[in-house]
Amino acid sequence: MELVVTDLACARGGVPVLEGVDFTLVAGQALMLRGPNGIGKTTLLRTLAGLQPPLAGSVSAPTESIAYAAHADGLKATLTVTENLTFWARIFGQTDIAPAIEAFDLADLAGRPAQNLSAGQKRRLGLARLLVTGRPIWMLDEPTVSLDAASVAQFGRAVARHLDRGGAALIATHIDLGFEAGVLDVSAFRARPRRIDSFDEAFA
Amino acid sequence: MSSLWEYANPQKFMRTSSVLLPVFAVAAAISLGVGLVWGFFLTPEAENFGSTVKIIYIHVPSAMMAINAWVMMLVTSLIWLVRRHHVSALAARAAAPIGMTMTLIALVTGAIWGEPMWGTYWVWDPRLTSFLILFLFYLGYIALWEAIENPDAAADLTSVLCIVGSVFAVLSRYAVNFWSQGLHQGASLSLDKKENVADVFYIPLLLCIAGFVCLFVALVLLRTRTEIRARRIRAMIARERMA
Amino acid sequence: MIALLQRDLKLAIRAGGGFGLGLAFFLIVVVLVPFGVGSDSGLLAAIAPGILWVGALLACLLSLDRIFALDHEDGSLDLLATAPIPLEGAVAMKAAAHWVTTGLPLTLAAPGLGLLLNLPASGYGWLAASLALGTPALSMIGSFGAALTVGLKRGGLLLSLLVLPLYVPTLIFGAEAVARGIDGRDTGTPLLMLAAITLAATALLPFAAAAAIRINLR
Repeated sequence: MELVVTDLACARGGVPVLEGVDFTLVAGQALMLRGPNGIGKTTLLRTLAGLQPPLAGSVSAPTESIAYAAHADGLKATLTVTENLTFWARIFGQTDIAPAIEAFDLADLAGRPAQNLSAGQKRRLGLARLLVTGRPIWMLDEPTVSLDAASVAQFGRAVARHLDRGGAALIATHIDLGFEAGVLDVSAFRARPRRIDSFDEAFA
Repeated sequence: MSSLWEYANPQKFMRTSSVLLPVFAVAAAISLGVGLVWGFFLTPEAENFGSTVKIIYIHVPSAMMAINAWVMMLVTSLIWLVRRHHVSALAARAAAPIGMTMTLIALVTGAIWGEPMWGTYWVWDPRLTSFLILFLFYLGYIALWEAIENPDAAADLTSVLCIVGSVFAVLSRYAVNFWSQGLHQGASLSLDKKENVADVFYIPLLLCIAGFVCLFVALVLLRTRTEIRARRIRAMIARERMA
Repeated sequence: MIALLQRDLKLAIRAGGGFGLGLAFFLIVVVLVPFGVGSDSGLLAAIAPGILWVGALLACLLSLDRIFALDHEDGSLDLLATAPIPLEGAVAMKAAAHWVTTGLPLTLAAPGLGLLLNLPASGYGWLAASLALGTPALSMIGSFGAALTVGLKRGGLLLSLLVLPLYVPTLIFGAEAVARGIDGRDTGTPLLMLAAITLAATALLPFAAAAAIRINLR
């Protein structure tokens, strides 16, 4: 299980933002994506998750190995915590949601509709969804938004446990999650503006 | 040997079209000018139609171009989806408003002609209805182009709409035929069977059709050039913002 | 994929799901028409097939933008696009859920509303049959339109503009089948055409819609 990214370039809204991205992520490893706002961390994660095609370069990973979690959690307000998790588990061909409920301490909330959860609780439910996908490589975009200190620690433990079991994670965050992780500074890959001398170059 | 696809290169397209544009524009002006003057002033009045028949010099060519423009959009959309040539997508975008205008001209001239012929400006006749539906397709297609900011995504989505829309447009044509038998005469013009239109009207009509074809090509070239320039400006602005 | 169908149905019947709104809208359209055209029962009977079909079509249109927009907002669509089930299948399931929550109730309610419009007795069976055959096509075509406009902030009006021309053949054959049934003429052709449109739309449009969603997500 290995994610190899080679000379990747990606664009947002048709404008190149990152180029020459090169790194390898192996089982048991976590990488933190760093860089100022708007540098293209989300674009990179979406490209790696296969939601948008790269401009150039290649991403190689085992098929169906990537679980993507963004700012929006994919939760339905009128469904209960259990129903939300069961749905995503079934979509990803899994059956058991108990470990996810336990890992994020959701047992007390299991019967509540998602609309009655606080922002932090919702976030925990959204992250619990990662566990029910059964996929080894997690791609997380600012996963700790609206989590309190205790929940951040809890989340850190869940990721650490995932790494121990041979998983891997790529996380765009500025917070220290309490486990050992490499850092990938995205600003190094910022796409250089090219001179536009001919009409061709207007068409990336 | 040079390949046709070379013209899909924006720079090559700009060079070639700058030569072709005046040629087609002049050809359109000459053939339309001669055809219309000949048709309006130098042909006799048809015995059962009176002078109103002369509107065919605008009505028939515009109706033909209304359909041809959609076919051209379908072809260029397919080329964009398969070969990702930007010029192709932009040509489809450029052709849409022209096709819509042609449809509108065909509808309006048809209504003007319909009043003395059938005693009414509008009937829900299969041909008229089909053109009205075609007009709606153009409207939706253009609106989708305008609504999406990312130009590549807009090109992709409008291409998909154009393909699906073409299937439904053909289906609508048959559905409408099934739904109502109309007043409109059948197609009265084809190259091998010209007996439907008397010879005196035939040659100026052909001239007008040629004129409309040249006008269409000239307008598409002009608008495609504008679109390419707009894209270049967009890219330059984006570069400024990054630097 | 069944899980997706079940979830969408569950969401539709829970609070705020919009189940029944289409039906209520259909009722209002049918009630408003006599106020507009007069209460002459002969006239109403003559236009009843068309009004019922147009009403069903508009009621269907009303709920189209919910098909993907809500899932797009809360991120579900991103997750579905990366899920092991094919996006084409997800689109088909969501269209099916839309049909079960709008097309099916409309089909069942239409004969009752036909009563309000003096629909001749011989028309009820044909009305139900034509709606049952035609409304799945409305949901499927609508899903395609919704997929095209899913990324747009206020895509509702554009969605209607894109979808209405695509609805023309279905409407023509649907209303024609009922009108012919009432006159005792042969209804085979329009009903077969409706079935053909529904089957072809179900077979092909999920691919176009899934392609449109992928484009809109990137």
